[in-house]
Amino acid sequence: MSEPILELRGVCAGYGNIQALREVSLKVLPGEIVTIIGANGAGKSTTLMTICNIVRATAGEVLYQGRPITGLSADRLPAMGLCQVPEGRRIFPRLTVQENLEMGAFLRKDAARKAFDLDKVFNLFPVLKERRKQPGGTLSGGEQQMLAVGRALMTRPRLLLLDEPSLGLAPLIVAQIFSIIRTINQEDDVTVLLVEQNANLALQTASRGYVLETGSVVLEDSSANLLANPDIRKAYLGE
Amino acid sequence: MEYFIQQLINGITLGGVYALVALGYTMVYGIIQLINFAHGEFFAAGGYMGVILISWLAAQGVPPTICLVLSLGLTMGYCALLATAVEQVAYRPLRQSSRLSVLLSALGMSIFLQNGLMLTQGVYDRAYPTEITRGGLHFGMVTFSYMQILIVAVTAILLVGLNALVFRTRIGKAMRATAQDKTMSALVGINSGRIISLTFAVGAGLAAAAGIMVGLYYGSVRYDMGFVPGIKAFAAAVLGGIGNITGAMLGGFIIGMVEIMAAGYISSEYKDVFAFIILIAVLYFMPTGIMGENVDDTRV
Repeated sequence: MSEPILELRGVCAGYGNIQALREVSLKVLPGEIVTIIGANGAGKSTTLMTICNIVRATAGEVLYQGRPITGLSADRLPAMGLCQVPEGRRIFPRLTVQENLEMGAFLRKDAARKAFDLDKVFNLFPVLKERRKQPGGTLSGGEQQMLAVGRALMTRPRLLLLDEPSLGLAPLIVAQIFSIIRTINQEDDVTVLLVEQNANLALQTASRGYVLETGSVVLEDSSANLLANPDIRKAYLGE
Repeated sequence: MEYFIQQLINGITLGGVYALVALGYTMVYGIIQLINFAHGEFFAAGGYMGVILISWLAAQGVPPTICLVLSLGLTMGYCALLATAVEQVAYRPLRQSSRLSVLLSALGMSIFLQNGLMLTQGVYDRAYPTEITRGGLHFGMVTFSYMQILIVAVTAILLVGLNALVFRTRIGKAMRATAQDKTMSALVGINSGRIISLTFAVGAGLAAAAGIMVGLYYGSVRYDMGFVPGIKAFAAAVLGGIGNITGAMLGGFIIGMVEIMAAGYISSEYKDVFAFIILIAVLYFMPTGIMGENVDDTRV
């Protein structure tokens, strides 16, 4: 078994007196798509925010490519190939679509490859090319999600953290975005850690999954097993 | 009619100065939602550093044009560094505190800087060497002094340059991104601390340029010269829509023009009052200013 690209060891975090994560441990291997499923408020987004040190870990350790990154300032991570598409997409509303994408490549100096990657994003999401001069805030929800993913791709990530990419989107757009997530994973060798409320979709996309309940990992298994698990079907798949 | 044209020229000159100072207020507000009450002090510090450099360089026999350009550049750089230092000492430690704490820190910094200037430079007016910019172009009764031409030209260059910086360059785009969403800009690798420092530096540099030009224009500087123009420039920033760069430029020119016209046609005694009447009226009737909220494209 190869070395995990991302590993959390007993990570705790919280907001004020509220403990949001209780000794969360998980591993993501290179090339995988791994998902974290769980109910609202289970700590899924907090897990991703703690990996990027936007929320501070109060205990435990986060390792990226074998190196501890706990406490490393969030803005150092994209250069290391770790990028997050946060919940709610967080498009820069008054930058144009193209400027939003340029911000993804903020740290990169390789002009030729940047232009190449921009073309690639425009090929993945042709609608972004059509709208490249429009302010990001004027896009529809689905287009903003595409822009958020495109912006993350502009950092040339090795590991992409995706928080609720399906949130508030029409089924057709969701299908489109998830198919692109699989493409990125397979063709560009980007490892994906996917947080989703839509457990069914998430488990169909990922090879493995973790189940988070009130801040703790209660179950981890292959997606096939989780999909077959009666408890999971009852709690998260609406049966 | 000639009187009106003369006032128009004077108004543009003064308006440009207010616009330069207003930009610092609006940029800092745009990025960390702070009304930087110490901003007027960079204007004063610029005025003083300008007179010190111009006098010294002139005494070394440096030709006037080079002397002016060099002094302007060095003074802007000096005030940019000063503002960065102020930001590190007085504002950065309070980044997680309430906005009121930072505001009070800014007021404290303003008093500190003003008194520092008084202690080191004295309480009396200091005269600017005005020989280098004497004279002007005359069209009948209308005079366009070389000093005014200089101010308008420098202001125009700086305003165009700033626009290019903020809207065209990678760093300017990062500034706008940081102003719009600090968490997200960190997630794409933008070091917001560095961008915030840079914003302070740019704003103070522009205020310093305005300080020199006011010194040259009126012929002298004083340790407390930053206070009233500072508040007027703040009024200009609010009038334009605080946080909006184009708004601050526009607001500066409007306040300058109103002040000059009021001084010329109503009463020069009360000229200072008009900026504040505008400020109160804007806050009361349209708190978002001319270009606030609805005109999104040029907000930081």
